[in-house]
Amino acid sequence: MNWSIGKSPTRKDSLEKVTGAAKYTADFIGAQMLHVKLAVSSHAHAKLKKIDTAKAKQVPGVHAIILGPASPLTGDEVKDRPIMASDTVRYYGEPIAAVVADHPFQAKKAAELIEVTYEPLPVINSPKEALQPGATLLHKDLATYEKIPHVYPEANTNIANRTKIRKGNISQGWDESDITIEENFSFSPSDHTAMETRCTIVEIKPDGVVHITSSTQAPYKIKKQFAEIFGLEEGKVVVHAPFVGGGYGGKVATQLEFIAYLASVAVGGKPVKLLYTREEDMVSAPVRIGLDASIKLGATKEGKLTAAEITYLIDSGAYSDKGSMLTKAAAATCTGPYNIENVSCDALCVYTNHPYVTAYRGFSHSEILFVFERAMDILAKKLKMDPLVLREKNVFLPGMTTPTQTVLNHSTVGNLPNCIDKLKDLMNWDEGMVVRVADNKLRVKGISCSWKTSTISGASSGVVLLFNPDGSVNVLSGIVEIGMGTKTILAQLLAERLKMDINKIHVQMEVDTKVIPEHYKTAASRGTLLAGRALLKAADDAVSQLKHIASHVLTCSPDDLEVGYEKVYVRDEPETFVQVKDICYGYEFPNGNSIGGQVIGRGNYTLRHLTNLDYETGAGKSGPEWTVGAQGVEIEFDTTDYTYKLLNAYSVIDIGKVLHYKAAMGQVMGAMSMGLNHASAETFQFTQDAIISSPRLRTYGTFRYGDHPQYHVHFFETPHLDGPYGARGVGENGLIGMPAALANSLSIAAGVELTKLPLTPESIWRAKEGDEEK
Amino acid sequence: MDENAITLSINGRDTTCFVRNAATLLYILREKLGLTGAKPGCLNGDCGACTIDVDGEPMKSCLMLAVEGEGKKITTIEGMKQTTIQSQFIEKFAFQCGYCTPGFIMNCHALIQKHPDATDDMIKNWMESNICRCTGYKEIEDAVKTALRQANQNTDG
Repeated sequence: MNWSIGKSPTRKDSLEKVTGAAKYTADFIGAQMLHVKLAVSSHAHAKLKKIDTAKAKQVPGVHAIILGPASPLTGDEVKDRPIMASDTVRYYGEPIAAVVADHPFQAKKAAELIEVTYEPLPVINSPKEALQPGATLLHKDLATYEKIPHVYPEANTNIANRTKIRKGNISQGWDESDITIEENFSFSPSDHTAMETRCTIVEIKPDGVVHITSSTQAPYKIKKQFAEIFGLEEGKVVVHAPFVGGGYGGKVATQLEFIAYLASVAVGGKPVKLLYTREEDMVSAPVRIGLDASIKLGATKEGKLTAAEITYLIDSGAYSDKGSMLTKAAAATCTGPYNIENVSCDALCVYTNHPYVTAYRGFSHSEILFVFERAMDILAKKLKMDPLVLREKNVFLPGMTTPTQTVLNHSTVGNLPNCIDKLKDLMNWDEGMVVRVADNKLRVKGISCSWKTSTISGASSGVVLLFNPDGSVNVLSGIVEIGMGTKTILAQLLAERLKMDINKIHVQMEVDTKVIPEHYKTAASRGTLLAGRALLKAADDAVSQLKHIASHVLTCSPDDLEVGYEKVYVRDEPETFVQVKDICYGYEFPNGNSIGGQVIGRGNYTLRHLTNLDYETGAGKSGPEWTVGAQGVEIEFDTTDYTYKLLNAYSVIDIGKVLHYKAAMGQVMGAMSMGLNHASAETFQFTQDAIISSPRLRTYGTFRYGDHPQYHVHFFETPHLDGPYGARGVGENGLIGMPAALANSLSIAAGVELTKLPLTPESIWRAKEGDEEK
Repeated sequence: MDENAITLSINGRDTTCFVRNAATLLYILREKLGLTGAKPGCLNGDCGACTIDVDGEPMKSCLMLAVEGEGKKITTIEGMKQTTIQSQFIEKFAFQCGYCTPGFIMNCHALIQKHPDATDDMIKNWMESNICRCTGYKEIEDAVKTALRQANQNTDG
């Protein structure tokens, strides 16, 4: 019987969040705080001939105007991005200048009076265009940019990174195949659209200590980058991450923090706040990747996959940020959850004149699965085979080898055949995929399978447990509460380990990098694994300290003691005990002698045994474990006008031990909604000059109440032995199969192979009419 | 910078403050009065994160000037204490990041007060004015429908 895990205790942030008391970055307000507003580019690619700030300076209340310095350059893997554009703008909306003023309206007014003279340059509007011979080079200095090892920019091209997968013998794979299919897929970049637009406050204190408060998923990365880029001591950079209003990957990037630092420097270190408008948050801040892909699959007539040859061209936009790592993840995951002996894949991170990209929930997986799972349906159709049967014949099982040549085992991969069986059940698969419900109405099912790991080698986390005199415990972890509830789950894990009331466990919500142990980043569905393991180690440390003190009080060996129920007791004589509250600050004997002191538990955890991928073959261990799932969608499709309704959406996911049922359900349903939203509506619309028309919520197509389908979610619990109590990552899995499942259902419904996103009635009509250029 | 004194009735108390004529009510609530529960999300009425209650109607405070608030009864999330809809949001896990939550709660609360017998269509019409990007809306649906049911029972009883 579990004490706490598997149940659904109330979230620790509940009362703050339903009363408006929860503070997000923009909610920190001070009378002395100055405000920053940006002037941004109206061109996607141009030389900056002149920036005239004379009129802007005249605006009352203006303190300073900052232009982009040519150096230092910034970037996570390749340093290719100036803090603001200095001599060239490379995307529409790129920051050019920042104004600091007393009030936001003054800063805004001045920013609009900055006159920029541009000399337009040729625009690259897709990865394919970027790779054409003679294409304009967006980064002439690519070869000389600073970079980390294991990222491979190609000089004199627009390629910021390439990851290759070479598994088996591809020509043998084609020889063994009876049937092949080939298809091309593409979609444009889109946006994270967290409800909280990005915001930061920077202040430099008289002692030189830089305080950064930010809506970030990666406070410790900001600390490192500030030290590195501005030449500061790490101990003098303090990052505060209060509640964050949604991230979905978009807030792992550091951008506005650098600008705000320059702004604070310009006004003598005074606190400055930079709050992005919705339009800036969508376009100026980093976005989600676009993709051009081509795929060829070979199979025997029995449906055994024998070969896959794939090219993924990732639209990284103007700079690489996380683009090079998204490329690596795309290559490592390139075949979806299927065992294919012969694989050749090239994933390229390609510069274009689009907004630059960063992580997005799923980290390439949903994008790659859209391509691969659509190809699987096309293959099934050609084989005249049930698409789920084709998948069953090829799924990854323990003992098989991933595209990066890692051998899977019963712990590192979940049970996909179980998921597929359950999906059939839930979807009433035997009924058939198409049911005519009226003359012009079809009810149609589509499915996909998925897998996900996290290519984050070196990621680690630390946890400190501080006991209070009443025996309650404060949990300090560098996880940022961005919505997924991990801090509540940490409390649950501790309650389970110490068999204590979860209400006596207090989690520190705000992260302060000066006093809270580091957690890598709140990303990649790894909060529970990293921080959970660190917490269990810290709990063990506290337990051993408690036993040590108790052993003196109870005059026995610590080996004979157990900790639980807020007591330390003798294992085979539980009525002999001492209360935790009586020893967690040390113990005073009746004669006045004292021993011990405050119990402080410490723990850390680092992902083990991950390796870099070999440049020639991609061989290497890319991630800690693979969460698998089978997903489906049922739609009602109108054959006359190609409109459709989302009726039902299904997710069967093997998430290992379910730690918090309602939180897991919330993660999965929310992610499903996000996947369906992306697939059905979300995209940036680019003009041929790569200008983005109407970046605002009203026209972007964000789901609202009532757009949601009925959700059907089922979990399997194959344990990941490294995970706390056997849990796997779950934050992204609900999303990643959804675009493919929706596209598969619509392809069947419309009778045409759909290869582009988003799937609007108009885009289906264009595909159906065979004229994509209409 | 010209500012004029206005008096606003907020959460049952009259407050006098100096405002520019062009300042939105959202800006004044947050920057002058420290009531940061109403959130900026778009500043043009698209997202509903800044929803407050004005004379019993849900109102996006980014679409209203502060000077328009004079003489009206304004309730913000800070004025909501232990309401059914708040406990239902907790019970049903109807929030994750929590940024849209105050706006949703204010909108739901006004709906429950005005239309305790709201139909599914009416609920949809009302809720469509707010965006939540974390949940799949199912939890919010459960919270608002349960709160409506409870309001109905109270009315009947």
